[in-house]
Amino acid sequence: MAATKTRTSSFSRNPSLLNSSHTSPGLKYGPNGSIFVSSGIPDLDKILGGGFPLGSLVMIMEDAEAPHHMLLLRNFMAQGLVHSQPLLYASPASDPRGFLGTLPSPVLSKDDKLRAHDSEQEKGLRIAWQYKKYFGEQQPNLGAQQDCKHEYCSDFDLRKPLERHFLSGQQISCVSIQDLVNLTSFHEHCSAFLNQIQRNDDCTSCIGRIAIQSLCAPQCGYSNMDWGMLSFIRSLKSMIRSSNAVAVISFSPSLLLPAFCKRWQHLSDILLSVKAIQDEDKELAKLLTGYQDMVGLLNVHKVARANTQVPVILEATTFSIKLQKRRYLTLECLNQAPVDGASGTSYATSGSCSGSSKTGALDF
Amino acid sequence: MNRTRNLLDEALDLNNDNKGSRVVVIEDCVETSGAFVIHHLIKRNLSLPSSLIVFVAFSQPFSHYERILRKLGCNLVMQRENGRFHFLDMLSMQCPDGEEDKLCEGGLVSLYGKIQKAVEVSSSTEGNKNSVTIMIDDISLMEVAANGSSNHALDFLHYCLTLTSDFGCTLVILSHEDVYSNMEKPMLMLQMEYLADVLIKAEPLATGLATDVHGQVSLLIYFLTVVNRGRYEKGSLKTKTSNFQFKIRDNNVECFYPGSQT
Repeated sequence: MAATKTRTSSFSRNPSLLNSSHTSPGLKYGPNGSIFVSSGIPDLDKILGGGFPLGSLVMIMEDAEAPHHMLLLRNFMAQGLVHSQPLLYASPASDPRGFLGTLPSPVLSKDDKLRAHDSEQEKGLRIAWQYKKYFGEQQPNLGAQQDCKHEYCSDFDLRKPLERHFLSGQQISCVSIQDLVNLTSFHEHCSAFLNQIQRNDDCTSCIGRIAIQSLCAPQCGYSNMDWGMLSFIRSLKSMIRSSNAVAVISFSPSLLLPAFCKRWQHLSDILLSVKAIQDEDKELAKLLTGYQDMVGLLNVHKVARANTQVPVILEATTFSIKLQKRRYLTLECLNQAPVDGASGTSYATSGSCSGSSKTGALDF
Repeated sequence: MNRTRNLLDEALDLNNDNKGSRVVVIEDCVETSGAFVIHHLIKRNLSLPSSLIVFVAFSQPFSHYERILRKLGCNLVMQRENGRFHFLDMLSMQCPDGEEDKLCEGGLVSLYGKIQKAVEVSSSTEGNKNSVTIMIDDISLMEVAANGSSNHALDFLHYCLTLTSDFGCTLVILSHEDVYSNMEKPMLMLQMEYLADVLIKAEPLATGLATDVHGQVSLLIYFLTVVNRGRYEKGSLKTKTSNFQFKIRDNNVECFYPGSQT
């Protein structure tokens, strides 16, 4: 009924697309005909207006001294596996497949929130968990589908490793960048992965996720190939544009020349940066509420604009990364006056707020 | 409202009085993209009768521009079929990586050949010399495609420049200022700024981005006065600068002087 109504209008949505949205839980339709996949962090999805748009290149600038980018990468990868989407993971480590063992496990978020208030709900949840256990390893996909049927973005419990059945029987390709002879072979690897995805007719498994960790790490041996890396990223971007995939690349800006770092940033569709905060920074602890739970800061530099020229202006660009109950990754606005100061240096120096000298610590 | 909307146009129209060739360089940074100027110029040029655009796209696929321009009220698919919008998809163009310079040049030479052909065809059939615009989005990616050889990119620019003087086309180049600002000898940017008749810089506000003001534009226009028209000497030229702020919408770009927005 509703479908026939919309089809008479000239602005009707493609019915085939509509149908596919029901079958694939990992996709969300946004404005301007964009399709989002989840970043694996519900708060980040909200901040970015839905998630990572398909065909976009996401870059995360690492903190040289802290592995906070791994938090983002882990959730991104785990979310893809929960949606049984193919994954390509490249890392400078010698055993990248071992990293999959550290991926967090999803929890049923709504039930989890209700659990504290409603004991009956807890019962139901338990049954669901038990029920899933009976499936065992024989029917992993069925279990996975029921698990997250209507879940676009799951909450992940960082303390619980991802269950085995998510890792088996899927298209997971792990590469150690050290093993690859040069960037050309890396490029071939990526294009082979993307070609394979496109051959899949199944809707859920035609969305690929590429996670590349620390592309410019010294052990990769690309340090004197600035232009080579740039053209690798550029061609990766053009490949992703024409296929149903999202790529996340983390890199350490301190390892690049400033001019090249800017070029990398220009190439990204979504640009994030993470920074750790010191354990015993008393000045900052005074300045910010909930400092104890904070593990770091996330800065959003650039938000993808799919099919529109209007820039996305966020209310705040700096967010605190918190671990709630030491399990769940959440992002929150900084609860202090100099929040906006993080986006412009002049604001911080204007001295309009008492903590202006301290906001310097928040600027990246 | 109508007046403020056309600030960008007004500033650019100054040069229409003298029929000389011109080069428009747009510089932007990570925080504020200058792509909206490109979109605006595409729309403006295609709305003129018997105009033609040769678009060299390094950064985005055709569908991206098509969707944006459709919202601006310009059908690129139709214009492409009519032959008024030549889209050269250079997204996956990569000059072969070899020691010899010739290998690297090859890609750019063939690209120039395509542009030249498009320009020559249009000028021979229509006979209207001022209507061709060559747009490059963006030049820093051309450098990447040329394996970092800014000399090749520069050569390419100079070849394109001969087209502007031979056929009277306009050359519009998008570049990123912040990429070059901390380089020691940013030859490419210096050359471009030297060649530019109009230099458009898009920057974020110093106070950060706001929902009402998306950034500010500073325009630097080099006049060709009537006396030395035809000659190409910058030293004797006057310059005019104008600054205004802008707000980008889906169907237009709203430009206004600082503080005049209510």
